[in-house]
Amino acid sequence: MNMLQISGSPHIHTQDSSRKIMWTVVIALMPAFLASIYFFGLGALKVTLISVISCLLIEWLIQKFLIKGETTITDGSAVITGLLLAFNVPSNLPWWIIVIGALVAIGIGKMAFGGLGKNIFNPAIVARIFLLISFPVQMTTWPKVSILDFSGVDAVTGPTPLAIVKEGLKNGEPFNQIMNNLPNNLDMFLGNMGGSLGETSAIALIIGGIILLSRRIISWHIPVSILGTIVIFTEFIYYFFPESCISPEMHTAFPMFHLLSGGVLLGAIFMATDMVTSPMTKKGMLLYGVCIGIITVLIKVWGAYPEGMSFAILIMNGFTPLINKWLKPKRFGEKLTVKQ
Amino acid sequence: MLFFILYKNFFFLKEINFFLYICKSKNEYQLKHRHVKTFSKGGIHPEENKFAHKSTLEDFPNPKQVVLYASQHLGAPATIIVAKGENVKVGQMIAKGESFVSANLHASCSGVVSKIETVSDFAGFKKQAIFIDVEDDIWEESIDRSPDIISDIKMESTEIINKIKECGIVGLGGACFPTHVKLMIPDGKKAQYCIINAAECEPYISVDNRIMIERGEELIIGACILRKALHLNDVYIGIEQNKSEAIANMTTIAKKYNGVHIVTLKTKYPQGAEKQLIKAIANREVPAGKLPIDVGCVVDNACTALAVYEAVQKNKPLISNYMTYSGKSVTPKNYRVRLGTPISNIIEANGGLAENTGKLVSGGPMMGKTIINLNAFTAKGFSSLLQITTAEAKRLQPSNCIRCGRCVNVCPMGLEPYLLSVLSKQGRFEECESEQIMSCIECGSCQFTCPSARPLLDYMRLGKNKTGAMIRARISQN
Repeated sequence: MNMLQISGSPHIHTQDSSRKIMWTVVIALMPAFLASIYFFGLGALKVTLISVISCLLIEWLIQKFLIKGETTITDGSAVITGLLLAFNVPSNLPWWIIVIGALVAIGIGKMAFGGLGKNIFNPAIVARIFLLISFPVQMTTWPKVSILDFSGVDAVTGPTPLAIVKEGLKNGEPFNQIMNNLPNNLDMFLGNMGGSLGETSAIALIIGGIILLSRRIISWHIPVSILGTIVIFTEFIYYFFPESCISPEMHTAFPMFHLLSGGVLLGAIFMATDMVTSPMTKKGMLLYGVCIGIITVLIKVWGAYPEGMSFAILIMNGFTPLINKWLKPKRFGEKLTVKQ
Repeated sequence: MLFFILYKNFFFLKEINFFLYICKSKNEYQLKHRHVKTFSKGGIHPEENKFAHKSTLEDFPNPKQVVLYASQHLGAPATIIVAKGENVKVGQMIAKGESFVSANLHASCSGVVSKIETVSDFAGFKKQAIFIDVEDDIWEESIDRSPDIISDIKMESTEIINKIKECGIVGLGGACFPTHVKLMIPDGKKAQYCIINAAECEPYISVDNRIMIERGEELIIGACILRKALHLNDVYIGIEQNKSEAIANMTTIAKKYNGVHIVTLKTKYPQGAEKQLIKAIANREVPAGKLPIDVGCVVDNACTALAVYEAVQKNKPLISNYMTYSGKSVTPKNYRVRLGTPISNIIEANGGLAENTGKLVSGGPMMGKTIINLNAFTAKGFSSLLQITTAEAKRLQPSNCIRCGRCVNVCPMGLEPYLLSVLSKQGRFEECESEQIMSCIECGSCQFTCPSARPLLDYMRLGKNKTGAMIRARISQN
């Protein structure tokens, strides 16, 4: 007869675990991965594999030789970071830049803070911005879409829709010409446009988002507040600062255009909703999402960079501890107060 | 939310405002007018495992020796008034509660008092106990043992409370608070709601369900007695949706009695927690540090209501309790067992411990206590004996907090377990106090839900213990 266990309540536990959560997120990223291979060919596969493998390798090396502790590469978090890092870069990026990115993501963005759950900033975002600033040319030279191209040749490059707009304005092109150069809405929705390898296909990202929502891994608060704020805030800017807008006629294209370009969907669904770096309460998540939306639009309209999502997420990640401190859940029996 | 309103965008302002108002008030409206009531904050849905729902109540055979602890209730232990060698009958008072918060104890079997000794109860605490060698089953003559249902309540409020005190009735939901003390409303407070807790939200346990099906009318009369003691005209009996047969039976019987309201509750843990039950039925929230009577509510368990019926109408003191014997590898049973029966008798009568038993638990799997000592005896409030399998009871290796926020979402008291457990671990008890750790009802929802298997409730209990000691030290200094 075995000895009976003695421990405190509760004596049962849910079947869910953080490992299951991580691997479900990996599955939710698969539609975008497949879409990237469809549109960008072999280059996308190469970049993603290098990214994931280097992230795993670097985490394993750090845990074995620097920390000299147990390895946790099987919990799936390094794979997620690898995938998200790959999705944030163009598919023709040289392999050594990706490895540097993985080093920054895992080494600085995650392990330097103490490992899983202890980082303040989203590791993939940290790496992406690091690469953007350190290798601006390689990070802003996107390949042209070539469907199901497995030749491995990424010779032809082309700009993203946002870059088309910014360039067009700089060159003083008339509105009609700029609009003609942009891909139409359906193309942008499916992913038939230039951009980093994971951010182009809206439909694949939305499918991934639905998987996450149905599994209750993310809640609707952050994506809806980010996207809603972007739409509303661009309207706001149009009404009150019409001269900053590209042109009055272009504003009619803007809500959809802003939502489908510049990595907004990837950021709103996968990067900003990262559990470790986002607020814990629903109220906090809404505030977080609204601020990300505002900062993104500000950078897009008045900033130098064509896309502002990653900077917005990085800035708000820094505010998450403060949001957690300010917006506490309403205690049972207490009236609603905001902690001063 | 404020940001939306700050936008000076006239096309959206009115719609957004209206939308927010609808969302917030829709929740409140639904809570008030819905047919099925629930509490709004937190809660989890563990596997119900109500295997014993269909097992009819059985009388467990009297043991050869009963051992009755002098302290089977909250408050001061009762003073033993019998001596070694004395003959006792069933229902004879053998220990008297002397202080204000205390309860009487009565012999559960007839026989001879063989010794009075200190023993360990099932949780390992030392208690004084009376050993009775059982002979026959002779009852006190004043107890009415007939099965007739007496619905006429002749006693007045003060007499009812005295009878409940005399018969040693305590809260049989598990806390064992002396019922007569709960019914004596302090000056300045008024009882407005009399609520009977028949939610039975913990998995496995089915005794409230069976007594509602088999002894429903007596339970309702007991509820009427309790409301009369409180000078009220209405009593609310809250029953969770997974007990459809009980709800149907009780609703039919309740039609014969005025002012007995059967309230259907959504099946959600911890619906049976006092504060959550009051929120669901009366839509009032008990503030932190206060008692239910501060919002005008008195809550009693369903088994307590039945015991009150037997005490007031049949002059029968508390000498037995209803319990469920269940588990994944066990034939489920519902027993009426005399107080002081050895737990090992019950286990052996059901074929001993199953091969895959990991833990024995008294109470539910969420809040029950682990049984440390198999040489223990049933007592008041011992509502179930569960065999938890090794697979269910296994404590996984905790990993880093991934800050998913699920513990915050499920906490019914609106606390932040991830934060409180870290503060407790680091010994920061002043901050624990300001983060309201003392409001924790120890329901275990946080630890159940944590995907990283972190021992949140263990740290919360540590924190509550130390913070409580700190608060008491501060009060005694002033």
